Amino acid sequence: MTENPCVWVYAVADDAASAFTAGSIGVGGGAVRPLSAAGLTAIVGGVARSEFGEAALRQNLEDLEWLERTARAHHEVIETVARERPVVPMRLATVYSSDEAAAGMLRERAADLRQALIRLGGRSEWGVKAYVAISDDRADGQQPETADPSAGPGAAYLRRRRAQLAAHRDARQEAMASAQAVHAELDRLSASARLYPPQSPTIADRSGSMALNAAYLVGDDRAEEFEAAVTELAARHGALQLTLTGPWPAYSFVGQDGTEDAR
Amino acid sequence: MSEAPTAIATYHPAIREERVALVDLLDRVLAGGVVIVGDVTLSIADVDLVTVSLRALVTSVSALVEGMDDSREDADGR
Repeated sequence: MTENPCVWVYAVADDAASAFTAGSIGVGGGAVRPLSAAGLTAIVGGVARSEFGEAALRQNLEDLEWLERTARAHHEVIETVARERPVVPMRLATVYSSDEAAAGMLRERAADLRQALIRLGGRSEWGVKAYVAISDDRADGQQPETADPSAGPGAAYLRRRRAQLAAHRDARQEAMASAQAVHAELDRLSASARLYPPQSPTIADRSGSMALNAAYLVGDDRAEEFEAAVTELAARHGALQLTLTGPWPAYSFVGQDGTEDAR
Repeated sequence: MSEAPTAIATYHPAIREERVALVDLLDRVLAGGVVIVGDVTLSIADVDLVTVSLRALVTSVSALVEGMDDSREDADGR
């Protein structure tokens, strides 16, 4: 006798999303299906209680491989639906014990969710990160080695090291100012903006430190303009290396209750 | 400086060959997304804690692999 599966919620869309052809496989290998209530449709899938129940979830979230698999499956389902229609994405690990409980959430929050769908319709999220660009010639302090040979290699090393550190500081200050300018410009082109804390260099898997980690909610009709602006800003601000990702489902622009705007 | 490339990488998360960086994805699906606490799942505060410990975990793992790098002096460079 197998226990009842839990219900994993990916996202909420309008009622027409119940036409969403289910059958794709989502988190935990569960089939994805629509669940409608209150004129809304939650995109859900069954997941095993033994893996996604409260205690198991708590443990599994600490397992990086499990987390990656789960996050990617979650994202993929949301992406698929988001290509068709506006969605309000749920945070990872929103799990209910039954369909009735998930439907209850839809009824309870119907007004907020509907508002969020309207706000997010025709808009996508774009991620922009800026890294401090430390070019080799600046970082390595290539001053000639002619000065004061009597001072010995130790002093030369210290001098070089000091120049190096000063160059790093200058590069960083310039980069921070540039990052502010970049953000101001992109903010102007978007409906909403959200700043994330910079990722640490080790997490971000890059050598330069991060000066900006932002998400922008951009009208799909302005996506090209936005991309062009990022390219232009990248060219104008040599102190920064910019990366652009997107379009994403609007993960960063739904608040605690599905309505909160980022500004 | 003249030959500095316009350092811009664009990719579409939906395109499979160019995988979404896990760290970018986690920023969004954990920190973003609607926080509706299901009746089975963890509380909001718990998930935040998980996020924090996860970052610590990732940091310690990559620190082991990469050893020291010069990010140290950038960290609070003044």
